[in-house]
Order: sequence, then C-alpha cells, then structure tokens
Amino acid sequence: MGLRDAIFGRTKPVAPKLDNLFALPTAALTLQSELDLVTSGQAGLCFKASSGEAELTSDTDLKELLGFDEAGDHLSLTSDDLGFKWLVIHDTDIEGLVTRIHGANTTMVEHGLGERLLCAVFGFVPATPPGEGSVRLVYLLKQGTFYPFAPTGADQRDNELELRVRSFLTEDLPIEKDLARWMALWNVPVD
Amino acid sequence: MAKTKFEKDRGLDTRMFITGLALVLLYAIIVFALLKAGVSFGIVIVIGAGLLFSQYYFSDKVAMFSMRAHEVTPQQEPRLHQIVDRLCTLADMPKPRVGVSDMDMPNAFATGRSPSHAVVCATRGLMNRLNDEELEAVLAHELSHVAHRDVAVMTIASGVGMLAGLIGRMAMWGAMLNGGGRSRNGQQIVLLELATMLLSVVIYVIAYLLTMALSRYRELAADRSGAILIGKPSVLASALVHVTGDMGKIPRTDLRHTEGMNAFFFAPALAGKTAASLFSTHPSLEVRLAQLNQLEREMNG
Repeated sequence: MGLRDAIFGRTKPVAPKLDNLFALPTAALTLQSELDLVTSGQAGLCFKASSGEAELTSDTDLKELLGFDEAGDHLSLTSDDLGFKWLVIHDTDIEGLVTRIHGANTTMVEHGLGERLLCAVFGFVPATPPGEGSVRLVYLLKQGTFYPFAPTGADQRDNELELRVRSFLTEDLPIEKDLARWMALWNVPVD
Repeated sequence: MAKTKFEKDRGLDTRMFITGLALVLLYAIIVFALLKAGVSFGIVIVIGAGLLFSQYYFSDKVAMFSMRAHEVTPQQEPRLHQIVDRLCTLADMPKPRVGVSDMDMPNAFATGRSPSHAVVCATRGLMNRLNDEELEAVLAHELSHVAHRDVAVMTIASGVGMLAGLIGRMAMWGAMLNGGGRSRNGQQIVLLELATMLLSVVIYVIAYLLTMALSRYRELAADRSGAILIGKPSVLASALVHVTGDMGKIPRTDLRHTEGMNAFFFAPALAGKTAASLFSTHPSLEVRLAQLNQLEREMNG
C-alpha cells in the first residue's frame, strides 16, 4: 500500500501468490525423512463465500467453474460455520495435490475470484501411527508463506511440534516469519 | 533449534523501554512546567508524590483496565479459583480477587497496594495454553509478587528516582543563583539552564535503568518463591517455555476470524541489536530457566 493510498484510505485487493506452492513436494520429502510424516491424501482450498456475483455463489456453479468431475476427481465442496467454503481434494500423491490446488487457484484468479482466496491446507499424518500427531501445512495465499498447524483438540495446538516442523522446513519452504500470523484453523475439514 | 526457541522480541523490548522512558519524561516535563510557572519546590514534590501515590493506590484498577480484565466468581471460573484457593492456603495469605482477561496473548499479572487489596489475573490465552500444573506454577509466581509487596516496592523505587532528579535540578539552580554573581549575562543563563535540563535528564535515565534492574530482580525473586511454594521448579520452567518466546507468540485465534484484517498487517518491529536486557522489566528466559534449574537441583540434592 503506497503513501497515496494511505492518505486517501484506499486499499487495493491483494493478489494471491501461487508459485511458492511448487516447493511443497520437496518439503514433503523432508517431512517424511525427519518427522516420519506423509501426506494424508487430502488438501483443501479455503475461500470466502462472498455476497454478490450471484452466478458463482452456488456449489454447482463453482464445481462447473473449476471443471472438476466430482466422482472421478475425488473432490468435495463444503461450507464451514464461519462463512467460508472449502474445496477438498483427494489424491494420494503430493504432486497431484499441489497441481490440482494450483489449478483451482489459477481458475479462480482468472474468474476474478482471487481476492476471495484465503489459504490452502495440506494434510500430513504419521507414516506409522500413532507417531507424534498430524500436522497441516497452511499456505497463506496473500503472503505466499507457509506455516504448520498441529491441532490436538477443539482449541488446543501442539506448538512444540509446529516449531519442530519449522526448524526442518526453513530450507525448503518460505515459512511465515511472524509467528503471530500462524493463525489457527479449528475444525478444518482437511485431514 | 534451542537457540531460536529463546529468541526475544527485541522490538517489543525497545518499545517498552521507550514507553517507560516517555512516562518518566512526562513526569519530568510536568515538574519542569510547574517549577517554571513559579510553583514552589515543596508543592511540586507534593503533586509528584500525589501522582505516584494514586498510581500505587489504584494499581489494581489501572492494571485490570489496561488488560481489559474483569473479576470472576468461583462459579464462573472454578478451575482458576480452585488453584488460587489452594495456593493461598499453602502460602498462608489472604485470597486475592481473581480476574480474567479475554486476550489471546498468554499473560498473567498480580497487582494491588497490599495483599488484602490484591487482584490476580490470567488471560484466556494463558489458561488455554497451560495445563493445570503449569497454570498453578504461573499463579504461584504472581501470588509471590503480592506477598513480596512488589507494587509498593516498585512505586517507592521509581519515586526515589524522580526525587533524585528533582534534587539534582534544585542543586544546579542553587549553584546558578549563588555562583553566578555579578558577571552573569543572558548567554550564561541559557547555558546553565541547558546544563540543568541535561543533568536532570541524565539522572532520570539512570534512575529508570536502576528501576528496571530492580524489577528484574523482583521477577527472579518471585520465580524462586513461586517454585518453592509449589515444590516443583521444573513445572514453572516448562510453563515459562510455553508462554514466553516463540510458543507464546503463536495465536489461538482462527485465521478465518481475522481474514478481514489481512490488508492491514504491519511489518514486524525492527529487530535491532539493542541492549534489550538492560532495559526490560523481565529477565531473559535463559536467566530464569537457569535459576529454576539450579533450584530443582538443590531441592532434589
């Protein structure tokens, strides 16, 4: 935001940054070797279900827009109680998840919905359960940074595990440096 | 890894230092203005003491207000009340009032002019992050502040510092009036006034640094008493690790609640290499953990 925008109180919508997503498969390898965490086979894209743009508010329209065949592509569209929609993608391969999340993002940006994108979430679970607990990697689309989120209950998170994930992934991923922005995502519909 | 865990927010320390300094300077300016306006030295001291006293007398209300805390009954917060009850019985002290602040930042404080007018308060962020044992350790630390009468001690300490500054200025003026003699001219008076200002600022700053140092020792003392009270220094150490440093900064707030604020984020405070520990009211986490470790060894040995 420039000085002029500040003076006149204008905010420009922030465009999402998508390219950093492709660093994820490398990070997944590190997670597997260091913390024994593998992909859960699920990734989610969270976006605001805004009013207006009436033709794109219904689920069927969105599915059509994203060009997914629901049965064949194993995806679902759910709403949460905070007014956000989740596109959940199932794919056993992390590269496949990244490609499809990126694809969905690009489509939404092309249709002018980029501002409504909030974050992408990738699930990681212990390869040999119970392990140390599962971790989600949250990608902040506006900032282009990742952070780990390891919920252990309704409103509890395992900070120790999250900080360990950070220590292993700093080389591979642009990790969000400001810890105050490692916001929680309670009841995230991505395993 | 261990190193980043103990990383401090130096920007925050700097801001706290500047805030504290601004507070002291505000006092200095008020005193200076009053003296300039021809109010006598005695009245200035009375006004200064009055300000300090009200700060001390209303410390509980000021702290509760600034942390957006409110008092809670045992029915509302049975867990917190039970822990405080237990600790007060153990320490044989009157039970203070108990408050809760809805902030997500993990913090606790105890304040009040005397043990019978004290209030101990914890934030929701603290209660969410710690288990019962750790919460008990933190509250034991806070109750030790009450038992040590730290509000009174710190008020007197800062009062003494201000008095020192005032006396320094008076001495300079005295020297100015007596020593100047016949040869005084306009330029000399300006120079002397500047020197007086400078001297009092230096005295205030030194007094401020000493007050901060005292505050850090009081924290260590409260750590020690708190740990001895619950008999488990390691639990307090674990609580400190969970609420200070990196872990304390990770929020519990949901990303979707703050989505609207995305456009307004501010850059993190500049992380300059300042002598932060000199200026901060709390000792560094390393110092506190080292003391608790030693205590643990002594208690087990």
